[in-house]
Amino acid sequence: MSATPRPELEPVTGRYLRLDIQGKPHRFYVEEAGAGIPLLCLHTAGADSRQYRGLLNDPETLARFRVIAFDLPWHGKSSPPAGWHKAEYKLTSRAYVDTIMAVVDAMRLDKPVAMGCSIGGRIVLHLALEHGPRFRALIGLESGAHAEPYYDLDWLHRPDVHGGEVCGGMISGLIAPTAPEADRWETIWHYMQGGPGVFKGDLHFYTADGDVRGRVAEIDTAKCPLYLLTGEYDYSCTPADTRDLARRIEGAEAIIMEGLGHFPMSENPELFLEYIRPVLAEIASAPKAAHATDAASRV
Amino acid sequence: MLSADPVEGLGALANDKAWLVRRGRRLDVTLLLEVGDTSYLLRIHRGRVEAVDKGPFVMPRWTFALRASRDAWATFWQPIPPPGFNDLMAMIKTRALKLEGDQHPFFANLLYFKELLALPRAASEGGTR
Repeated sequence: MSATPRPELEPVTGRYLRLDIQGKPHRFYVEEAGAGIPLLCLHTAGADSRQYRGLLNDPETLARFRVIAFDLPWHGKSSPPAGWHKAEYKLTSRAYVDTIMAVVDAMRLDKPVAMGCSIGGRIVLHLALEHGPRFRALIGLESGAHAEPYYDLDWLHRPDVHGGEVCGGMISGLIAPTAPEADRWETIWHYMQGGPGVFKGDLHFYTADGDVRGRVAEIDTAKCPLYLLTGEYDYSCTPADTRDLARRIEGAEAIIMEGLGHFPMSENPELFLEYIRPVLAEIASAPKAAHATDAASRV
Repeated sequence: MLSADPVEGLGALANDKAWLVRRGRRLDVTLLLEVGDTSYLLRIHRGRVEAVDKGPFVMPRWTFALRASRDAWATFWQPIPPPGFNDLMAMIKTRALKLEGDQHPFFANLLYFKELLALPRAASEGGTR
């Protein structure tokens, strides 16, 4: 971020939300700013809601959207559930969808837009399949139907390798080489702060449990528009992966973002805004008729 | 300080960067770096590149090896490399780069090796990164 001439309070406020997920009490950390259409933002694997600091501070977006970003359990300032020390953390599609819908319900979000990156870009595909009519639109950043691991994930969580160092090191190259230095290293820092085994546990969803290749053709973009945006430097979810996904879904279109990698909103917030503002403008200006099925189809 | 041979110049580029030396302060390894059919042994101790020997070698001993074609390294060392060549792990994924031997010091010091091997980029553009 640029130099600050004097101390300044951002428009972002943070609160804690208590709710049960799959029968277990959880304490969530939720940030928000702005007013209007709810825009729920989902962070990447092994990181937290600070990735959306640029969007949460963008006056143009905040004038029309209530931007909300929460930390998944085990991430950021959301604690793991009691008893975590006797469990191995592994994110599943079921838990991920249930968590998002529980937050949507608890915060009484009416027809929110959900935007997720990486694992978040994958889960919006699950949301489209299971809960499409509940959303005004879905946005997948760095979104593919599946990802193959290209290194032994055990390196991410073992007592003889520092987890923060290796997680930061593993993702650093997914940032485009043209990203501003401060935002590059802020993005790496978030990974360095992740809890032991959390990034690896998220990748269980990303590389195994969340494989949705066999179902994406069923996504109905008439019920809920789907936008897909991927950075050209992303070698985890490549532009080819996203183009392949778009080909399988009628009505979906892939936008390839030049000069960005796997963490567009965090590695280069200003450049990301240039790509996402037109998408948000289109969503905000879509005729009501396009979203008329909602109330009736709410569960 | 740009050496005509980017690998032979690595010691001069690395050893005056206190932040990099500190990042590798627990290292004690010999890295075999292969650039096409040319091989180098980099002796790294406490974050400093203490020696760079150019092959061919008869019976080299090393901790781990990184092997890629001359073209792949040349692309990696461009000031702004294209997608797929901007990072060691990117090249491992596409199989342009092979990692062999004891992976532990490589992954335990991943940021060190990424920064070390990217140093010729800044040198080639006269930068100070």
